[in-house]
Amino acid sequence: MFELVFFSLLNGLVFGMLLFLLSSGLTLIFGMMGVLNFAHAGFYMLGAYFAFTLTGHIGFWPALVLAPPLVGVAGALVERHGLRRVHRFGHVAELIFTFGVAVLIEEIVQLVWGRVAKSYEVPALLDFPLFTLFETSFPAYKSFMLLISVGIFVFLFLVLTRTRAGLIIQASLTHPSMVGMLGHNVPRVFMVVFGIGSALAGLAGVIAGPVLGTFPGMAQVLGSIVFVVVVIGGLGSLAGAFVASLLIGVLQTFAVALNYSLKDAAAALGIGLAAQSAFADLWTVTIAQVAPILPYLLLVLILVVRPMGLFGTRET
Amino acid sequence: MSVAIATAARSTAAGARRYGLWITTALLLAGLPQAFASPIAIAVLNKMGIAIIFALSYNMLLGQGGMLSFGHAVYFGLGGFIAMHALRLLGGGPAALPVPLLPLVGGLAGLAFGALFGSFSTNRAGTVFAMISLGIGELIASSSLIFKGFFGGEEGISGNRTRGLAIAGLNFATDVQVYYLIAAWALLATALMYAFSRTPVGRMANAVRDNPERAEFVGYSQRTVRFVSFCAGGFFAGIAGGLLAVNYEIVTEETVNLVTSGNVLVMAYIGGVGYFVGPIIGAIIFTLLQSLLSDYTEIWLLYLGILFLATVLFVPTGFAGVLMMHEPARRAGRLHRLALPYLAAGAVALGTAVGVVGLLEMVHVWSSAATGRTRLRIFWTSVDVARAAPWLVFAALAVGGVLALRRVAPRAAAAFGEATDRGQGAAR
Repeated sequence: MFELVFFSLLNGLVFGMLLFLLSSGLTLIFGMMGVLNFAHAGFYMLGAYFAFTLTGHIGFWPALVLAPPLVGVAGALVERHGLRRVHRFGHVAELIFTFGVAVLIEEIVQLVWGRVAKSYEVPALLDFPLFTLFETSFPAYKSFMLLISVGIFVFLFLVLTRTRAGLIIQASLTHPSMVGMLGHNVPRVFMVVFGIGSALAGLAGVIAGPVLGTFPGMAQVLGSIVFVVVVIGGLGSLAGAFVASLLIGVLQTFAVALNYSLKDAAAALGIGLAAQSAFADLWTVTIAQVAPILPYLLLVLILVVRPMGLFGTRET
Repeated sequence: MSVAIATAARSTAAGARRYGLWITTALLLAGLPQAFASPIAIAVLNKMGIAIIFALSYNMLLGQGGMLSFGHAVYFGLGGFIAMHALRLLGGGPAALPVPLLPLVGGLAGLAFGALFGSFSTNRAGTVFAMISLGIGELIASSSLIFKGFFGGEEGISGNRTRGLAIAGLNFATDVQVYYLIAAWALLATALMYAFSRTPVGRMANAVRDNPERAEFVGYSQRTVRFVSFCAGGFFAGIAGGLLAVNYEIVTEETVNLVTSGNVLVMAYIGGVGYFVGPIIGAIIFTLLQSLLSDYTEIWLLYLGILFLATVLFVPTGFAGVLMMHEPARRAGRLHRLALPYLAAGAVALGTAVGVVGLLEMVHVWSSAATGRTRLRIFWTSVDVARAAPWLVFAALAVGGVLALRRVAPRAAAAFGEATDRGQGAAR
């Protein structure tokens, strides 16, 4: 039991911090522009594919450094030439635009890299078990993922709270017109934040690609989960995104590890449930099987009960 | 007196014009299978009819009610699943259900789920609504793979439509019979949805979309207005789902998933969400692209994505909006003056498209064709992607086309402005 709890917690932490890399950019972009960026997970996928190609030419470590800025530039271009254009049509139009970008990124990835999964591997330097506990080993690469995402978290926190640039970004979140009055180029701040957010998503793709797989559907797999995270955490709130990332990460890994169903629970209480019935699926389904729908259940619940999320200060 | 007569005459004329359109459409629908008799054409027409109802029902939310939904396939798909279960349960039994009424079962299922999910998701509009709809969409889509008893897992559930109660010799053994069923339902549903948009509730949906606060001051609860639209949207989506069950005799999890929800958004938006006919045009374009373009190229989804994004960026009013934009010029009889500038711009755009398509197809062959295959048949010629010449030709076409468009397009726009302005002046 301890083994299960320990490793689920550890894996949940790794997955949660990865989610935070993605959701931090998304929540910053939302806080600033009021845009929920559907294409965010698309930039995550681009990061993985860029890194895969770059790794083939120059190796993993240079790719780790180069791919995120490339994704960031792509993101900034989308903001500059697309999002800014549809901004005057309102938030619904912006949402539809980013949805279109998400579709297009997926199609472009399939065009350039094909439909089959790419063999983007863990670098040889990190391809060993870090430690073994109760015959279960923990790969070194996962600890590397954890290190990177914690590092980014600390860096982001310091930049936002301790530097002048962070001050301007924070001010633009809440008072964009006032910041403009003070002589800052707010649209450019938006573009830079969009670019940085995309670059963070790209970085998440670079480090997650070898573990979660590099394939054209990878954006869809994580895209909706990241939405769940930012909505639960409270749109625009970095602290909320952090807490919600860990919550969802741990919830997902624990649920997957639990092979119990309602029927088992009833049996433990001495109640027998018929196996042959129209509703049999309802109680024979195990927690592990319903794991994929738990985040969405949580999302709907949160939106109904508390639309500003856990840490949000304003409504979506 | 004469005013009254004139008014009466005008209203008769208007009535004739109004019903004339519906009657013409009905005749056209009746004649279509004669014009396009091949089985493939009938299949495409059937698909189109279902898509039209689905897209129109979606526009009750997005266009008329201002609710951006990312989970409309839920009502479409669940309507389809429940209609299919009804067909299987009641198909050959004593309480047999006539197949033509099956879509109604789907519609009622869509209505029930619309009322269930709408009861809490229509509390708010805008981004919250969009997010809840996405959450519900993901919830149902993921559930469809888990609850195999109801959704049938990955292979879905299937039934046999010919085992339903036959009325007047209609046993739906052929696709043409199904076509007439779909056409009749499409016409009926379209008329009902149009009528809905003219009712006070439909009008209030527009008001709530444009200014919820004022609508509240007039005395309407914006929540209730949205809820009614949402239920109606669910009902008609369910009808489309029921027709899908009849048409394909199989319903799979694909019908409830997010791709289907995204497709209906694309359909409605390309056609134009601001106009009632918009989604009809969008559904026709979408189905044609889906059925015909996919025969010619494997990357048709990419072209669809480009078309969608171009619509969002450059013509947010959609196809119907572009057509309607020319109404003043047509009324002023100045449409012919646009022919030449439009022809020039169109030719340049066509050249650009040839360049872009050529490049994309070559990238496709270069990246995903079996190794060793470098030849590509495109635009009635054969090119070799291993050589530089075709790349250069297509790139020159694309780049040159874009540069030329920047010169030609403003001229076409100016000609349009001239025709429209003077047209309006004359009308006044």
